[in-house]
Amino acid sequence: MKTQDIRPIRDGYGNALLKLGEINPNVLVLDADLSTSTRTNWFAEKFPKRFIDVGIAEQNMVDIAAGLSLEGKIPFVTTYGVFVCGRAFDQLRNTVCYSQLNVKVVGSHGGISVGADGGSHQAIEDIALMRILPHMTVVVPCDHFQAYKATMKIAELKGPAYLRLAREATEAITDENSNFEIGKAQIITEGDDCAIFFAGTIGAEVMKAFELLHDKNIFPTIINMHTIKPIDKECIIKYAKKFGKLMTVEEHLQAGGLGSAIAEVLVEEYPAKVKMLAIYDRFGESGQPDVLLDAFGLSAEKICVQVEDYIKE
Amino acid sequence: MEKITEIALLKKKAEEIRYDIVGMIAEAGSGHPGGSLSGADIGTILFFNEMNFNPDKPDWDDRDRFILSKGHAAPLLYALLANAGYFERSELKSLRKYKSRLQGHPASYMLPGVEVSTGSLGQGLSISCGIALAGKLNNKDFRVYTLLGDGELDEGQVWEAAMFASHKKLDNLCAIVDRNRLQIDGDTEKVMVLEPLQAKWDAFGWHIILIDGHNISEILSAFKEFHTVKDKPTVILARTVKGKGVSFMENKAGWHGKAPNKDELKLALKEIKARMDA
Ligand SMILES: Cc1ncc(C[n+]2csc(CCOP(=O)(O)OP(=O)(O)O)c2C)c(N)n1
Ligand SMILES: [Mg+2]
Repeated sequence: MKTQDIRPIRDGYGNALLKLGEINPNVLVLDADLSTSTRTNWFAEKFPKRFIDVGIAEQNMVDIAAGLSLEGKIPFVTTYGVFVCGRAFDQLRNTVCYSQLNVKVVGSHGGISVGADGGSHQAIEDIALMRILPHMTVVVPCDHFQAYKATMKIAELKGPAYLRLAREATEAITDENSNFEIGKAQIITEGDDCAIFFAGTIGAEVMKAFELLHDKNIFPTIINMHTIKPIDKECIIKYAKKFGKLMTVEEHLQAGGLGSAIAEVLVEEYPAKVKMLAIYDRFGESGQPDVLLDAFGLSAEKICVQVEDYIKE
Repeated sequence: MEKITEIALLKKKAEEIRYDIVGMIAEAGSGHPGGSLSGADIGTILFFNEMNFNPDKPDWDDRDRFILSKGHAAPLLYALLANAGYFERSELKSLRKYKSRLQGHPASYMLPGVEVSTGSLGQGLSISCGIALAGKLNNKDFRVYTLLGDGELDEGQVWEAAMFASHKKLDNLCAIVDRNRLQIDGDTEKVMVLEPLQAKWDAFGWHIILIDGHNISEILSAFKEFHTVKDKPTVILARTVKGKGVSFMENKAGWHGKAPNKDELKLALKEIKARMDA
C-alpha cells in the first residue's frame, strides 16, 4: 500500500533476466514466438547468442531446454502458461522432472485477468499441473518486484521450477526491499479477525479489499503464499490454530490450486474449514480484466463481501 | 575405451549384446526384444568403435553423448553399458525388478551412463538438439548420437526438432532411424505411412545416409561420412529387421514387447551362440 506502482509482473521477469544475463553466463532464454509478450525480447536484444526462439513448438522447446540443462546451462523456457504446462506436460513430466533437470519454466498469462483473449489463453490449471509433478518447485509472485526476486531465486535453485506470471499491469504490493524466500510465506499484515491467503497478482485486489474491510472495522491477517510448492506448512497450521478456519483467494481453478494445496495440509495436520475464492469447474472467457474478476467473484468488492459473510459464519 | 576395429570382432560383439538382451528380458519376464535386437549392430558400433567415453568417468565433459530416444529398447542400452564397463554384466539380471537401477525404461537419475531418462517417444531428438547446441555454445568437440524408432517418427515433435537442428546447423548431431518397418500395431506403412522418408528428411535440411543397419562395414562408413558433414545435421536411415538375430522373432510385430519363455529362450540363445562361436 505504500507504493503506487502499477506495472505488469512480466516486467519484473524481463528485468531479472537482463540482470541474470550479466551475472551468469550459463543463463539462456528460450521462447516460442511470444518474446515481445513475455518480455524475453529484452534479453534477446542484449544477449542474442543466448536467446533461442524455437518457433511455435512448445514441446520441442522444453526438451531442447532439457538438453541444454544437461550441459550445465540454466535455460528459462517462456511462453503462455496454458501452452507450456498443457501442451508440453509430458515433456515436463517424463524428461524434465523425471530426470530432475535444471530447467526453469515460466508461464506468463496466468489467470482470467488475461482478459480479452478469452478462455483458450487464460491459464487456470497451470498451478495444479505443475505442483503435482515430483521435484517441481512452484512460485507465483504477486507483483513485478517479487517477480524479479523470484526469477533471481529460481535461477539459483538446483532443479526444475515453475514461475507463474500474469498479463495485466497490477499495483505493486511489495517493494524493492521486501524479503522474499522460496517456501516461506510472506505476512503482509496481521489482524485479529481472520486469515486470508492469496497467491499472485490477485493480491492487489485482496489489498483493496483490505482497505474496504478496514473501513468496516474488520482486520484480517493477509498472507502472500507466493510459493505453492514447497508449501509453508508451519504458517498454514499456525493460522488455522489461531482462527479455526482459513480463506484463500486465487485466479485458478479451485481443483488443485492454492486453496487445494492448503486444504491438503490441513486435512492431514489440523482439520479446519477452508473457504476458497477461486474458479469452480469452468473455463474463463473474454472480457475486460476488471469485469472478469468481478464476474468470477474475485474483485475487491466481492472479496470484501465474502470475508464479511465468512467472519459471521 | 579401447575401440574394436576388426569387423569380425564387432560382429561377435553384436552377438554378445544380443545374447544379453534376450537373456535379461527372459529373466525379467517382460520387455522389448524386437526393437532392441534391430538396433544391436548400430549400438555395438557406436559403443565399441565410434564414440569416445570413459565408463569410469561417466560425466567426462568431452565424451560423446548417446540418447536412446526409443527408450523401450532399454535392454539394448543396458547390454551396451554393461559390456562397455559401466557396471557388471551380472546386474543385467535385475532388469525391471524392484529397486533395480535397470528400470523398464532408462532412468538417468538411477544409472550412470544413461544421459537422460526416455520412454515417452518423440523427445530424444529435441533433447539431443539441446545438447548439441550447448556443445557449440561451449566450444566443445563432442558429438551427439540418438537412436529413433521408425514408428516414433509419427510424433510431431520429432519434426519440430528436425527443423530446429538444420536451422541451427547442428553438424555435431547424428540421428539414426531404426527403420525396421514395424511398430506396435503392425506395418508402419499401414499404421501411418512414413514414405517417402528420405524426401522428408531432405526437405527438412538434413544430410542423409542410407545403409543396411546390420552390415557392419556400412555402419562404420556411415559414421565416417557423418564426421565430414559441415553445417547440417546427419540422419542415418538404417534398414533393419525387427527382432534381428532370433529367427522366430524376426519381422514379427508380436515380438515388440514380449518376453520369450524358457524354451524360446533356449532356442534363441542357441542361435546367437552359434554365431558368436563361428
Ligand atoms: C509417447 C508414447 N506413446 C506411446 C508409447 C508406447 N509405445 C512404446 S514402443 C511403441 C512403438 C514404437 O515403434 P518404433 O518406434 O518403430 O520402435 P521399434 O520398432 O524400434 O521398437 C509405442 C507406441 C510410448 N512409449 N510413448
Ligand atoms: Mg519400428
